[in-house]
Amino acid sequence: MIGYLTAVFAILRKDLAVEWRSRQLLAGMLIFTLLVILIFNFALELDARVRSEVSAGVLWATFAFAGTLGLNRSMAFEKDGHALDGLLLAPVDRSAIYLGKALANLLFILAVALFILPIYSILYNVNLLNLGFLLVVLLGSWGYVSIGTLLATMSVQARSRELLLPVLLFPVLIPVLIAAVRASSFFLQGLDSSYIWPSLNLLIAYGIIMPTLATLFFDYIVEE
Amino acid sequence: MALRSASKTPRLLQVLNFLSLALLLAATWMVFFYAPREAVMGEVQRVFYFHVAAGWIGMVAFIAAAVAGVLYLIRPNKKWDIFSVAAVELGLVYSFVNIAAGSIWARPIWNTWWTWDPRLVTASVMELTFLAYLMLRQAIEDPERRARFGAIYAILGSLTVPLTYMSIRIWRTIHPVVIGSGDPGAKGTFAMTQPMLVTLMVSLLTFTVFGITLLWHRVRLGWQADKVEELHIKVMGM
Amino acid sequence: MNMISVRGLSKRFGYRWALKNVSLEVKRGEIVALLGPNGAGKSTLLRILATLSKPTAGECEIAGFSLPQHAIEARVRIGFLAHQPLLYEDLNTEQNLAFYARLYRLNRPASRIDELLELFDLDSRRNEPVRTFSRGMQQRLALARVFLHKPRVLLLDEPHSGLDRATAAIVDHELKRLAKKGTTVLFATHDHQRAQHLARKVSVLSDGELVASTAHRASVSGLYRRALGARAGD
Repeated sequence: MIGYLTAVFAILRKDLAVEWRSRQLLAGMLIFTLLVILIFNFALELDARVRSEVSAGVLWATFAFAGTLGLNRSMAFEKDGHALDGLLLAPVDRSAIYLGKALANLLFILAVALFILPIYSILYNVNLLNLGFLLVVLLGSWGYVSIGTLLATMSVQARSRELLLPVLLFPVLIPVLIAAVRASSFFLQGLDSSYIWPSLNLLIAYGIIMPTLATLFFDYIVEE
Repeated sequence: MALRSASKTPRLLQVLNFLSLALLLAATWMVFFYAPREAVMGEVQRVFYFHVAAGWIGMVAFIAAAVAGVLYLIRPNKKWDIFSVAAVELGLVYSFVNIAAGSIWARPIWNTWWTWDPRLVTASVMELTFLAYLMLRQAIEDPERRARFGAIYAILGSLTVPLTYMSIRIWRTIHPVVIGSGDPGAKGTFAMTQPMLVTLMVSLLTFTVFGITLLWHRVRLGWQADKVEELHIKVMGM
Repeated sequence: MNMISVRGLSKRFGYRWALKNVSLEVKRGEIVALLGPNGAGKSTLLRILATLSKPTAGECEIAGFSLPQHAIEARVRIGFLAHQPLLYEDLNTEQNLAFYARLYRLNRPASRIDELLELFDLDSRRNEPVRTFSRGMQQRLALARVFLHKPRVLLLDEPHSGLDRATAAIVDHELKRLAKKGTTVLFATHDHQRAQHLARKVSVLSDGELVASTAHRASVSGLYRRALGARAGD
């Protein structure tokens, strides 16, 4: 167990170190997110009243797209699967690789959120400093990376990988997106908590089921 | 020798071919002439029979593909993989019929071609998952890896589709509920009379038999493609 | 005692057989060379032994553990050098080795890393990103990574590739030293002179099959040529 966790954190630490050196992933995701939010502003012509209703959707749509950049880049750390061999040689259950990378991806997305949410708040005069909303961001992000890391590991071994990842990811991600947007919307609009629980439950359930499945399936995905 | 016998259609399949054709003709006749004209909606309601039949069998096909995926992971055997692809392709076509038929019905009744209620969203997500599955397979060269990845994605897809449905069912659905509980006030709901029920059952049977026939043909095609690949490699190796 | 034992090993990718019924044994402390042209299956065999690949048929045992069931236990005792260096280009020498040291749960990683950096003359490049390294230096670092956890079995795919004469000699010297102390070495190469010089035993693979095996140094070149000549039908 200790060996397993050591491996998970070693991989997490390594991914953070690699990103720290180049900072391409974070920079790319941040710029992309800002640009998309800008585009939404012009595309939807959000006036003050509409903004609070639509913010959740705009933010989650943006994260969904920006996230694929992060997932792709994170797998690229292993240089098209070859350095993956180095990880596969480790004397530990291979799901540790999945978990380490998923946690790294989570931190990357949360870092982007940490940057973007205040900016969005300021630009659109919407108060995002809502504890419930931040909880949803955390749960939604975990759901996203837990399935995204698995699918990215698949797509990195296939042709046209950058195109394949979003195609694979979005259909299976929809439950998370729907639940996250609903729950976010409710927290931001201050609705009754009875409305929020079904969505939160779904996010929690997804965040447990998907990593469990991914852990089971990971070996099959890296098998040769 | 092996190829010749493989190309000869098995007796049972030939029977199914005829049976499918017969049933399709019979069901079509029943839909247009046997089933009564629905009082409120008129002729367009006739779309209902094929719409439901295609929808049900499409879902069954998806589940079958996922089960075959599980079986493949447990014990890798090419037959599960060939079946999986066939089932997904069948599901893809049937689900499209389901969506298209539903759309044709929706235009006069709901005054719109499309709406974002839970069942429609789920149907479209399922369709997209099918397409993603096929795209995934297309992108992988190694046959065993292709089968493994396909199996995993089919399993993931079969789990997330019901989750999608749950995630937005918090709201009232405007989709008519003919069978099962739901809001009877939803526009387009109607009570089924005896001839309607019979027509529906016949339609279901038709689409099931037709589906099995198509599936069988597709599986045979899969095996033949596999054989061609094997011979290709053998010839190249020489 | 056999450190590596392979019986009837076969591996296929789709309909292409990369290995056909290969049997091989390597005793503790032996240095054995796998010779053969490109595409013969040498890398495939090494990857299976390194637990990176699963056999389609046959049995194999390494360091006393049967694969693929006991792959995890086996990995601690195996050092594998691949075609690619398996290094993170944005990280520096020390970070790369420290990462692998953590994966292998080394007891005193710092001193072990120092030791290896000195052996492979990489100490001066300790803090530079691997991206700036030449092919030869990357290969040296890759070898350092392989030796890091003091494995009992070394599986090396073209270990001398990219190395200059002097470094290759250092590597050979180190391999011989380790073999004397009980480390088992199986390496793949298509340089039969190198094989002759370093290895005690030579096995020749061609088109997925083991076509010849010998312990007589003198006959290696002739054997190799004859075996491949017979294959090519000339």
